[in-house]
Amino acid sequence: MIGRETPSAGAMQLIGSLLEQRTGQQIAANRAWRIETALKPLLREHGLASVDALVGRLIASRTGELADKVVDVLLNQETSFFRDGAVLEHLVQAAQAMQEEGPGRRLRIWSAGCSTGQEPLSLAMLLAERADAFAMPPEIVASDVSPAAIARARAGRYSQFEIQRGLPVRRMVQWFDATGAGEWVAKPDLVRRIQFRRHNLTADAPPPGRFDIILCRNVMLYFSPALRRQVFDELAGAIRPGGLLVLGAGETVIGLTERFIPSQAFRGMYVAIDAAAPLAAIA
Amino acid sequence: MKTCLVVDDSKVIRKVARHILETLEFDVREAADGREALDACLADAPDVILLDWNMPVMSGMDFLRALKEAGLPQRPKVVFCTTENGMAYIRAAIEAGADEYVMKPFDRETLESKLQIVGVA
Repeated sequence: MIGRETPSAGAMQLIGSLLEQRTGQQIAANRAWRIETALKPLLREHGLASVDALVGRLIASRTGELADKVVDVLLNQETSFFRDGAVLEHLVQAAQAMQEEGPGRRLRIWSAGCSTGQEPLSLAMLLAERADAFAMPPEIVASDVSPAAIARARAGRYSQFEIQRGLPVRRMVQWFDATGAGEWVAKPDLVRRIQFRRHNLTADAPPPGRFDIILCRNVMLYFSPALRRQVFDELAGAIRPGGLLVLGAGETVIGLTERFIPSQAFRGMYVAIDAAAPLAAIA
Repeated sequence: MKTCLVVDDSKVIRKVARHILETLEFDVREAADGREALDACLADAPDVILLDWNMPVMSGMDFLRALKEAGLPQRPKVVFCTTENGMAYIRAAIEAGADEYVMKPFDRETLESKLQIVGVA
């Protein structure tokens, strides 16, 4: 019988440490039940009787493949198309305003922690619908720490349940094809607008160049405050002064970094400050 | 409280939809075919209609056409909810005036999401 044995404190600690080392995410004591629930399919797949047996296999394993799988199933990859859609609409308005300030320039947007790709695809749809407002289609870079999530995002393939969450039917018909097997796949014309890459916010250097807008929504919820500070510093280095950082609802930079300040023009977004410029000129 | 008319010849589907819709704080009414649904709309139009495609007496598409012809002062939002999941059906529903489309089987998140998209949840 799988999963009947209660995991030992040591096994749970090792699994928690593995997740934190690889992704920065911490599992609070009141969310420990998530470890057991999330690992059950993996235990079944590998014929393991318990979380302790999995830990034994992890320790004995010479490759990181099993550890990658453990991290993948423990990551919270909850997402949907047009999640907090008003924020994305707002962001496109901000992008239009930036384009007006710099006509002829190609805007760059980074969706950091994009999970299985619904956020950058939603953004690409909105930007394509406002193509007239941009000199060139904005460059969209989308990244996630999970190789499996990025592979799915790159494939643009979604189940019937996933495709129906948040995606209006007219956009579904315009931008997706039915595979005939109950799945829907994003059309090449949509996927080619996005550069997908695996990237660990807590360990890897940001993608090269400076971005105009960075979305990092609901990614740092389970990071320690110290790690959040570190990531905000990395993001500040990856965004141009005056660029906008978009966090999830309920997330803030306040008390964690002085390199971003709340935008007065775009509520809920944060402006990257240029240390040399007076604050009033930026916000 | 918003009203939703669930139009489906399956009692089970009506029951499942009612349960979900009530948790979303809708006042739920039911009809077993398009004819019953049209009568219900002419008597007291709901805010939104969850509409099956294949039904006896009057199909979902025939109902949608009849609803348009009825010229209600405020047409309810129409969300198809059907096992007809092919692209041709979806396009036909949009062309006929459906506001949204739910492919069965559905769950609470799907239904809530589609009702939000049409602006009633």
